Order: sequence, then structure tokens, then C-alpha cells
Amino acid sequence: MRHGVRAQRDGTYRVHLGREERELLDFLATELLELVAADDDAVARLFPAAYRDDPDAEEEYRRLTRESLVDGRVGALETIRRTATAEQLTQGEADAWLGALNDLRLVLGERLGVTEDLYEDGIDPQDPRAAQLSVYGWLTWLQAELIDALASRL
Amino acid sequence: MSFMSQTIEAPTRIEAPRHRVERDPDRPWVVIVWNDPVNLMTYVTLVLQRLFGYTRAKAETLMLQVHYEGKAAVSTGAREKAELDVARLHAAGLWATMQQD
Repeated sequence: MRHGVRAQRDGTYRVHLGREERELLDFLATELLELVAADDDAVARLFPAAYRDDPDAEEEYRRLTRESLVDGRVGALETIRRTATAEQLTQGEADAWLGALNDLRLVLGERLGVTEDLYEDGIDPQDPRAAQLSVYGWLTWLQAELIDALASRL
Repeated sequence: MSFMSQTIEAPTRIEAPRHRVERDPDRPWVVIVWNDPVNLMTYVTLVLQRLFGYTRAKAETLMLQVHYEGKAAVSTGAREKAELDVARLHAAGLWATMQQD
């Protein structure tokens, strides 16, 4: 069976990943859950400002939205942890994977200082970030699999 | 009578002067998505289709504008609607802001 994610006729999504890939996914989701719960600086990219030059309006926006934004992210990451070993995902679970994978890439990409050139130039094995960049590259591949599968349903 | 226990009748609230953006409530708000190096082009397209019900062609046009011009206006409306749209984009991980035209 093809490695990756595929939309099924019955409305579910078939996930074909290796055991180590599933363990990595669970590990990364667990780590990000801890960072989100601790409101660590590393997750600031997940909560950008709505108002660029109005601190009062921004404070009000945060007050109104922060909790539900955090809850949504925690819920999606918990879904990944719960379904990391699943071979089949429901629509809701696949949506959660899509969002959580994007959050993982945003936080890791920010930490690694990823630029758009990465996609064209590939990873230099001498780069001290090579191991983390390859994880980032794998997350990008998996997210692209999900995007293709989900877009085929639109 | 000590100063601390002195009663003050009907205190006049004095606002400290501060910078405040003047707003005309009738001017529509614009929701802007900014380019970033992480969000995939196909992901941005999918999010715009799903959140706003745009056709694939329209979502792709906006995505390409974000990619090549650095930003694109993806929706407009009253302040409350714009805030909701920004929050939905933030939930999806897109870098969105709002401003009055």
C-alpha cells in the first residue's frame, strides 16, 4: 500500500505510516502540548496579533479569543496523540491532524529559522540543524499528503 | 483626619492622554493575510476555500498574491465579522491582521 494518506470512498482517510513515524508524531505532539500549556515563548507564532498598531484593541482581541484558540490547538494535538497509531481517520480526526501538523511546522520552523529557500535547496548534511530540519521536512511531506487528501473532497 | 481616610466625593475621572487610533465606525475593516515561509501554498489555498467558501480559483489567486506581493486582503466587513475571520485564520495558523481601509 502507498506510503502516506489517502481519501477513502467511505469518507474516511487511510493512513499508511511506519511505526517509527507514528512514534515521532506522538512525541512531537506531546512536546508541543507541553509548550502550549506552559505558554512558552516558542509558541508565540501560533498566536499572532490581530491589530498591528492598537495595543488596546489587541488586548481586547486576546481576551476574547485566546482561550478558544488554545483549546482548539490542545484538542487537535490530543487527537493526534490518541490516533497516532490509527490506520483510518474520520473527517474530524483528519482535520485535527492537518491543523496540528501545521502548528508543529510553525513552531519548529520558527525555531530553526526556516526560509522558503529550504524547499528548493534541500538540507545541507553539514548543517548543525540537519536532524531537526529533516524532521521538519518529514512533517511537511505528511501535511502535504493530508492537504491532497482533504482537498480531493472539496 | 489622615490623608488616607479622607473621603473624596464624586471623583472626576481624568483620562491620561494616550495615543488612540481614531476610527470611523462606518469604514469597513479589511482582513489581511501576510506571507510567511512555513505555511504551504496548497495549505493557504485550502484554508481560504474552507473558511470563506471561495472557489479554488479565487483562493489560489489570493494565495499567489500573498506569496508574491507579501500580503492579500482576504475578507472585508464590520469590525465584529473581521475579528471573527482573523480568529479563524489564527486558529488555522495563518498570519492575519485587520485594519480599517
